[in-house]
Amino acid sequence: MDDTHAPFRFVTASYLVLIRPERAWTLGELAEGLRTCSNASLFHHTFQSLERHHYTRFSSDFAQWTLTACNEAQLAERLASVDVRDCVTFEELRDAIVTPIASHLSMSPASANRAAFEPFFFCEHESIEVPLGPQASTLRELAEGIRLLDLQTIHHHFINSRVRLHLKTNDFSHWIRHNLGLTGVAQRLDRIDIYMNTLDDLRREILSAIRSEVYA
Amino acid sequence: MITEHAATPARTPSIGDYEPIIGAADLNALRAFAKPLRTKRAKMVNATAVGGGIAEILNRLVPLLNELGVETKWEVLTGGDDFFAVTKAFHNALHGGSFEPRPDWFELFLAVNDENRRRLLFDDDFVVIHDPQPLALVEARALLRANWIWRCHIDLSHPHPDVWGFLRPFVERFDGAIFSSPSFTQKLSIPQYLVYPTIDPLADKNRELDPAFVTSVVEKFGIDPDRPIVTQVSRFDRLKDPVGVIQAYRLVRRFADCQLVLAGGGASDDPEGGLVLREVQEAASQDPDIHVLNLPPWSHLEINALQRASTVIVQKSIREGFGLTVSEALWKGRPVVAAAVGGIPSQVIHKVTGLLVHSIEGAAYQIRYLLANPDVARRLGENGHQHVKENFLITHNLKRYLLLFLALSAKS
Repeated sequence: MDDTHAPFRFVTASYLVLIRPERAWTLGELAEGLRTCSNASLFHHTFQSLERHHYTRFSSDFAQWTLTACNEAQLAERLASVDVRDCVTFEELRDAIVTPIASHLSMSPASANRAAFEPFFFCEHESIEVPLGPQASTLRELAEGIRLLDLQTIHHHFINSRVRLHLKTNDFSHWIRHNLGLTGVAQRLDRIDIYMNTLDDLRREILSAIRSEVYA
Repeated sequence: MITEHAATPARTPSIGDYEPIIGAADLNALRAFAKPLRTKRAKMVNATAVGGGIAEILNRLVPLLNELGVETKWEVLTGGDDFFAVTKAFHNALHGGSFEPRPDWFELFLAVNDENRRRLLFDDDFVVIHDPQPLALVEARALLRANWIWRCHIDLSHPHPDVWGFLRPFVERFDGAIFSSPSFTQKLSIPQYLVYPTIDPLADKNRELDPAFVTSVVEKFGIDPDRPIVTQVSRFDRLKDPVGVIQAYRLVRRFADCQLVLAGGGASDDPEGGLVLREVQEAASQDPDIHVLNLPPWSHLEINALQRASTVIVQKSIREGFGLTVSEALWKGRPVVAAAVGGIPSQVIHKVTGLLVHSIEGAAYQIRYLLANPDVARRLGENGHQHVKENFLITHNLKRYLLLFLALSAKS
């Protein structure tokens, strides 16, 4: 995606979930696990969990577990408010999650060792992508390609891309901005709320933004 | 009398038949992931060709992999009754049960695996061994370059140490293991992957049925289709707590009208089934609104119809593996009240795709709630259907195998 003046290359993307041996039975153990877990694990429980957030109160697995297994609603809300869009490196993301937990535990030390209803199972994400034949050279071709993508690939191009690109943007906006010079439509895509939409809704909003430019 | 139009056997589905369910984009993704694997060959090995969930999954999965161009063979372990008595004891012990082996059991296990290892050809790129019975076939990998994967369908969280101590060295010779839930795993030196078990939406158990057929099945069993129906589908096993379901029903009946259906059968390898069935019949004690249906194992269409006719579906197990009967109910858009055990919480997200309970009283309370709030029941059912569509259909299983084969190919 970094080549300028290159066509947009669609891929099909999905992932495997690896179950790590690390488990947390308390908030203290979660904090410790978060300091040492792999980037792939951090990614899985924050970025990838956005794929299924419409079934849970919070999109972050850490926030959801803190609420449902530890009954720590205040901390859960603070963890849920960590916006992955503000983090372009794993170090930033790790800090953004560990800091509110550490702060909470310093204010409420008893929470550190209180047993959760069920353990937190650390998992990891192993991304797999294969190239698709179609490429896009125009906004219209991009829209047509997006229309045909499966939802996990939409997630890959629109959400997971942020850590991959180390930019506060997504594959589509990045390509539109750097290859078509259409900053306005790129910004409109960047403003789409990945937290309040399902992946189907995201696709609709992306296509709506692109089509309004195509047919303007 | 069952009408013929809905009972016509469905032909074996092809991959294209799933498009109306999963959509063209997901189908194209499957084809894209299969494309780099078209020169590869895979082998699935399990212990039985018929009966049981694994055979049911392989029956569909293997043809679909072949149709996508990944040449896949399915081999079944051969062994005598004495061998399967040993593996049944292993199975129970791995689930945490007691274990009192005879002196020759471990040798018999190894000998039968060795016979099968010499009988079978392992010249494939990927060998997937299902469950513990064929585990020792991994001895064959010494001379070959295939990637070996162990697919564990059971809950290994509390295994008997003697059996696990014997099997573990075999497990750790694989390139990876697949589990159905993070809570089912053990600490192992090999990568452990999470893959949910799945249902086939086109199988007789789950496919769409003509409403007239559904009504005819309900009436055939003497159930009133115009009154609320609460159903649990499970074999007659104490771990499924059918007597507890009757107690919950009686609590519900103090406040709400409904009928109870307990539909199932006894597994052929479960000598307690008949005894539990008698206990259930006794607990039902001539209540004309309790229907205890002991159905033969081929009653897939009847079970499907009973689930579709139900107002609420219950799964009040005391212990459970993954509990795919829950996904079957959710797929049919039925509201589910289920115990928070085994793999059920992966399927029932409390207040979103169903209601989780921890007691007979809790089950009764939530059944009453759903009977009194049909709009909530409908919303839970709709969410449940979508949750199954996104996570627990056989096409997801297919995709995970393709992804795993791709990942292992890249590593090797």
